[in-house]
Amino acid sequence: MNELPQQLVNGLLLGSMYGLVAIGYTMVYGIVQLINFAHGEIFMTGAFGALTVYAYILPDGTSMWVALPLMLIGAVLVAVLVAVGAERFAYRPLRTAPRLAPLITAIGLSLALQQAVWAWYPEAKSARTFPQINGGPFHLGSVTIQTGDVFLIIAAPISMAVLAYFVMKTRTGRGMQATAQDPDTAKLMGIDTDRIIVVAFALGAAFAAIGGVAYGLKYGQIDFRMGFILGLKAFTAAVLGGIGNIYGAMIGGVVLGVAETLATAYIADIPGMDKFGSQSWADVWAFVLLILVLLFRPQGLLGERVADRA
Amino acid sequence: MRQRSLIAITAALAAGALTLTACGSRDSGDKGSDSDNGGSTVVIGVDAPLTGDLSAMGLGIKNSADLAVRNANKQKLVKGVTFKIEALDDQKQPSQGQQNATKLVADSNVLGVVGPLNSSVAESMQKVFDDAKLVEVSPANTGPALTQGANWQTKKVRPYKSYFRTATTDAIQGPFAAQYVFNTAKKKKVFVIDDKKTYGAGLAGTFTEEFKKLGGKVVGTEHINPDTTDFSAVATKVKNSGADVVYYGGEYPQAGPLSKQIKAAGAKIPLVGGDGINDATYGKLAGPEATGDLATSVGAPVESLPSAKQFVSDYKAAGYKDEFSAYGGYSYDSAWAIIEAVKKVVEDNGGKLPSDARAKVTAAMQNVSFDGVTGKVSFDEFGDATNKQLTVYAVKNGAFTAVKSGTFTG
Repeated sequence: MNELPQQLVNGLLLGSMYGLVAIGYTMVYGIVQLINFAHGEIFMTGAFGALTVYAYILPDGTSMWVALPLMLIGAVLVAVLVAVGAERFAYRPLRTAPRLAPLITAIGLSLALQQAVWAWYPEAKSARTFPQINGGPFHLGSVTIQTGDVFLIIAAPISMAVLAYFVMKTRTGRGMQATAQDPDTAKLMGIDTDRIIVVAFALGAAFAAIGGVAYGLKYGQIDFRMGFILGLKAFTAAVLGGIGNIYGAMIGGVVLGVAETLATAYIADIPGMDKFGSQSWADVWAFVLLILVLLFRPQGLLGERVADRA
Repeated sequence: MRQRSLIAITAALAAGALTLTACGSRDSGDKGSDSDNGGSTVVIGVDAPLTGDLSAMGLGIKNSADLAVRNANKQKLVKGVTFKIEALDDQKQPSQGQQNATKLVADSNVLGVVGPLNSSVAESMQKVFDDAKLVEVSPANTGPALTQGANWQTKKVRPYKSYFRTATTDAIQGPFAAQYVFNTAKKKKVFVIDDKKTYGAGLAGTFTEEFKKLGGKVVGTEHINPDTTDFSAVATKVKNSGADVVYYGGEYPQAGPLSKQIKAAGAKIPLVGGDGINDATYGKLAGPEATGDLATSVGAPVESLPSAKQFVSDYKAAGYKDEFSAYGGYSYDSAWAIIEAVKKVVEDNGGKLPSDARAKVTAAMQNVSFDGVTGKVSFDEFGDATNKQLTVYAVKNGAFTAVKSGTFTG
């Protein structure tokens, strides 16, 4: 049986999740040139926020159709609070510091958030099970789609469309574009750049939280380390797509996810390559791809060649 | 230009950080025993992953060793000696394990160490302990090379005289599983997956060898990355391979999601693994579809042995927060073996600890023999347990239930 369609779907799903998280990296970078390494943990706290709503707030046995919207609200709320708090107390005081200082702060914050969940969230020392949607799997020809994946398939494009509308059409969105192009001039034109930066962090966190819920529904479990590797992959996706470009984040995510999946599935079949084809090599191939892309298009797949700032 | 070089730095950082797996805080050692009055204090070191995704097993090891120490103190087993444990977290990292070993060696009160959980960690600790003649008893290491040398298949040579274990080796566990899968479960086509660690790859290797010898067919192999939870690409491969059983060499944090995703991909075939997946968390992670998944484990099921009843009730009475998990009984026996060896040394020296206590304890360990939680505890010329019993467990209602015990013979 031809497994290519199924593997492409596997990759697309994985990539959509990378993309949802990558949006946060790319927006924050686009505006304050900060690589927010704690973003993976914001994704993780979002997932735990959703779990909290389901396990501790809603009565037992609530139908998922009722619970899911509430869980999403909980996830977004927690993630946005953590992200805005991080911006206010960890990054804003360092706004004028050399760029490496906030970067190291971000790494420290990432570890601190992981350990906080490990230490204080009930039973989070090993993975916690995440509620599942009953029913399903759906079959489309030779492709099987799990019930948990349906949420991701619907949520990812909708999120993308909403974000595009927001950035292009609303006043705040245009303010974000202006701030990204030139923060000082934007300020002179009457844009409250501090507010714009908070909005960028909050929006990124909201998408990460949606990604966190999708992760829980897809894999049926969440743990305190789930954001670490995924955050790195999402950052890679953002660079691959062109950091600073929100469409690039989604495209980069999907390209990365499909590349990893296809590397797992097919590299071993190439004669002489059977040692390099297993899933443990998928990350290596993903990074080979990243390096190749950056060699020929240093600005990433969709990035624009911008003049370096003075 | 500054911007681009920043991206280069962070990309390098990101790639480097990918190799970092567990990041956990350290649990400062539990002071499990009562304070001593007058006599000398002997510290039994414990090294296990107390944080991170293997902490369920690691905490079980720590608590069970602590329980042994408490019981020995309560019974005043060794006159004038009070035992206590010093538990260190290795985060399942060989590098951290070696640092812990160095730390334990530096404390002259430490006369024995229980642990570690992972064979790969043990590899990094063995030499440190052996140089200090400090005895190490692992409740869980199953890699054959640890006791029988790198060329254990052809020529067995014991590399370190100070290393002992109460667990059985993969050289026995893998073939035992293969015989059960082929002869009893009647599965002929296997897909073998491992996580490339010392334990997982070793187990998958010995399983594959025996399975082929019996006449079974290996329809595919795959190595997964234990840092991810997305195994959908692997699951699709398994489904299309036509296998009727999957063998996984690795541990439960990956085995659970792997089993779940294989079944979700449409391959309703059982996953079989070793003692590394035999944990209560497995059923939770793998979901309801995991019913029928199998795990082999060393020894007879702790709960069923009469000698273990006391351990189980003591453990409950002591009020530990975590389960004793797969290695609880072996950890208790490992700690008890050290206590017995110390007792012998103290008695031979007229009731006092000799100055070269570490070397004497290591020598005494070779002849230790007692009835422990897991049955008779004694060691052969390689430091391996003489008890070579194994049990097959199957998932029933989300938990592993013993189905068959046996002794592997060649």
